Amino acid sequence: MSAKIVGRVWKFGDDINTDLIIAGKYKLSITNIDELAKHAMEALIPNFAERVKRGDIIVAGRNFGCGSSREQAPLVLKHIGIGAVIAESFARIFYRNAINIGLPAIECRDTSRILDGDILEVNLLEGYVKNLTRNEIYSIKPIPPALLEILASGGLVNYVKKYGRLPW
Amino acid sequence: MGKTVAEKILSLASGKDAYAGDIVIARVDAAMAHDGTALLAIEAFNEMGGRSLWDPSKVVLVIDHVAPSATESFSKVHKAMREFACIHGANLYDAGSGICHQLMVESGLVYPGALVVGADSHTCTYGALGAFATGIGSTEMAAVFMSGKLWFRVPETLLVEVSGSLPPMILPKDVILKVVGMVGADGATYKAVEFCGPTVKAMSIDGRLTLCNMAVEMGAKTGIIEADKKVIDYLTSLGVKYGIELRSDEDAEFSGKISLDVSDLEPQVACPHSVDNVRPVSEVEGIEVNQVFLGSCTNGRLEDLRVAAEILRGKSVKRGVRMIVAPASRSIYLQALKEGLIEVFVRAGCIVCNPGCGPCAGAHQGILAPNEVCLSTSNRNFKGRMGSVDAEIYLASPATAAATALEGKITDPRRLLKS
Ligand code: SF4
Repeated sequence: MSAKIVGRVWKFGDDINTDLIIAGKYKLSITNIDELAKHAMEALIPNFAERVKRGDIIVAGRNFGCGSSREQAPLVLKHIGIGAVIAESFARIFYRNAINIGLPAIECRDTSRILDGDILEVNLLEGYVKNLTRNEIYSIKPIPPALLEILASGGLVNYVKKYGRLPW
Repeated sequence: MGKTVAEKILSLASGKDAYAGDIVIARVDAAMAHDGTALLAIEAFNEMGGRSLWDPSKVVLVIDHVAPSATESFSKVHKAMREFACIHGANLYDAGSGICHQLMVESGLVYPGALVVGADSHTCTYGALGAFATGIGSTEMAAVFMSGKLWFRVPETLLVEVSGSLPPMILPKDVILKVVGMVGADGATYKAVEFCGPTVKAMSIDGRLTLCNMAVEMGAKTGIIEADKKVIDYLTSLGVKYGIELRSDEDAEFSGKISLDVSDLEPQVACPHSVDNVRPVSEVEGIEVNQVFLGSCTNGRLEDLRVAAEILRGKSVKRGVRMIVAPASRSIYLQALKEGLIEVFVRAGCIVCNPGCGPCAGAHQGILAPNEVCLSTSNRNFKGRMGSVDAEIYLASPATAAATALEGKITDPRRLLKS
């Protein structure tokens, strides 16, 4: 993770559940992440995985990632190149999983002001999202320092590799 | 200031005087992963250089989601789990044992005051025994395997008070569907939902497990019910000694309270494609179904099987409808055999599967084709959950499920009372 993420917005609504992000039938039948990631978000946007460019940003409403605890949900998003997910609120297991695998999950009240195709600049350390298309700045809910460190290392596994110990 | 059950347990487990909003590092009393989540945890454990489990007797691996395996890739997952359990001495429940959450409840590792994590969102089920139990991800599960510890945000508690006696054919599942409909899919996000009131007190452990199971469908971190004598008696019957009564203090702070009187409650049905899209059965009666599923960690317990068998006894499932029954654990299966329930199901034309998740996770044993309709006693009706994204899933109680299977269309089970 770099401190600044710049990318195009893919806009989604409320209650995007983990079955929509990656359907259970794939999670349970495909264990290869390259293959699995091809199906990311496909129930909502056909060929989403192919159309996403590295650094693109998912913006959504309330309760993003609700439903099953599958870690494959944030994993496939990270794998296809999503640089960050910004939502009004997250389901808690998705939030934990995203941080643990190094995908920034950012809570922001103003996601309704952000539209599909906008270009955003996210600064995690300074704690803001800048909408370059609309020239607006939104504040974000700060990520606790301990979790920022996990994110900065690229997830929990990389953290342990880097520091030789768990964060707790 | 007084504490909620959630605050008490997380205080105990972290050694801190913890209240809602605090972030604590706590030691866990048991950790579980299943064949949908264990492989990632095992891989992360190895990648992080994990050498041994913090306490093998408290680590549980369950093969239940696709059990027995339906594909070669799943067979590899199962193999990796068996090898990991063997190398590290963890508890393994192999295919056919049952659903992870029911097995945890029966294992003796869940008791009042325990802090339990599972790599599955329905881990919240165990709150029915007065434990604080919550779902976590696979990578952090690997960290738990290594250290026995994890960070938690102490949740606020939403109180759900249920009063009134349940009318005939109205089951705990109808109560929780009603509550989910009232609170909404994200109405309790990050919170603990504590169920209380005379109706909950009067419920059996089976019924209480059904309530807590669906707490996560409101976004909750866990469901909780105070541990009373019934819980202690249940644990004693399992040979568990850790039974203590545990309840929230009178002066504990709750983030909100919802009250529900169930005296006139109708059977409830969650309609496609979200769990909080709940309507009384009268509004959906007559919708034709292709498949009915009785089972899952929500409603695959003995009481559920008994209610359904009573309705199906001596009758036949409607021609053209598949009714699939999967007991939640081997011990439930055995007891159902003893009571003759399995024979009732088979004679009625049901397909009785081995204990496990069955078709709930959409990987085997009853996958839906496009435009098919299923009425299920499980807990999620998301698009694509049980097969085709063009299939529809309705959620209801075991009584509504059995009545629906007989008629081939969504049916109010109270109709069968009158005839
Ligand atoms: S029965 Fe269904 S909801 Fe319960 S653990 Fe299995 S797949 Fe998950």
